[in-house]
Amino acid sequence: MKNIRLYLVLLLMMVPASGYSLSSAFEGSVYDPGSLKPRDSVLKVKVGDPVPDFHLQAIDGSQVGPGQFRGEKNLVISFIPAAWTPVCSDQWPGYNIARPLFEGFDAVLLGISVDSLATLFSWTRAMNDLWFPVASDFWPHGAVADSFGVLRSDGTAERAIIIVDKQGIIRFIHVSDINIRPELGMIINALGAIE
Amino acid sequence: MAMDARNPGEKLLGIRLETPDSGKVQEYLGLAAKPSFTMDDLDADVAVVEVFSMYCPHCQREAPSINRFYDLLVKRKNPGTSIKLIGIGVGNSQFEVDYFRKTYDVPFPLFADGDFVVHRALGEVRTPYFIVLAREEDRSWRVVMSRPGGIESPEAFLTTIVELTKGEN
Repeated sequence: MKNIRLYLVLLLMMVPASGYSLSSAFEGSVYDPGSLKPRDSVLKVKVGDPVPDFHLQAIDGSQVGPGQFRGEKNLVISFIPAAWTPVCSDQWPGYNIARPLFEGFDAVLLGISVDSLATLFSWTRAMNDLWFPVASDFWPHGAVADSFGVLRSDGTAERAIIIVDKQGIIRFIHVSDINIRPELGMIINALGAIE
Repeated sequence: MAMDARNPGEKLLGIRLETPDSGKVQEYLGLAAKPSFTMDDLDADVAVVEVFSMYCPHCQREAPSINRFYDLLVKRKNPGTSIKLIGIGVGNSQFEVDYFRKTYDVPFPLFADGDFVVHRALGEVRTPYFIVLAREEDRSWRVVMSRPGGIESPEAFLTTIVELTKGEN
């Protein structure tokens, strides 16, 4: 019996990880593109660079961009590849309960996707709404993602975290394997390293 | 590669978890082995496994109900069978599980499954998901309930489990 159990454990360890555990909140609503090429772009920014300036419309109707936080807040930009896909639907809802962690480091979070405002509106409603602004980089398509070098060749964005300090300088860049959600502790530790 | 959820009647084999540092948790689960243990080592006649994720909106909403369910388990009078509750944070790091525990003041043991090994063993179910296990004679576990979604009423959930596992000790 012990040998059978050991075999089962080894077998399970050899099965490729799915990379996500989809919430039933999205039951039947997401499109699964399968496993994708981990990265498909080349960064155009590096740690120490000034953050590229931009203005995007958020789903609450406001215009958002890094300039409005200059001198006041650290900024965490979360690029996600596409709405209504498994890993992305399994990322921002976690940040919804992590607000005190971000605020503890005097940081605001900004979500950016190349999807349209309408798509982002309906998708984030399925997450019980979000406390942070979510902006559309739909048109010119992916221009902001491209300015950071995180626009993929199929028009989606990479799954990337960019942390900008209060002086507008990029202090942290993490481009994940698109199939895997970035770990929250890594983001919070990176914020802690700024102070 | 999606797998199927575990069905009632199936055995649950070889699931290994890290032994928690907390002496209180070790006592609750009856653990002596370190640094890890298998589910078979749990000191219980019946085990309720909540599959959750810090990133799951339903799990966040359900957290207070699951805490109330745990309170009911602890306060049972003349319980007969011993029922223990654990949570598996699938795809969650220890940091993420700890943050979920702190946010919702979760009093029962939660385990991180950052590499999805346990998730695959449980059939890659969506979250939240509940699996109720009863002892076999060889101390392995047999699935007696396997269901997606929340528990709605903690009282009704406990009644269902008690009915399903009568005589499982």
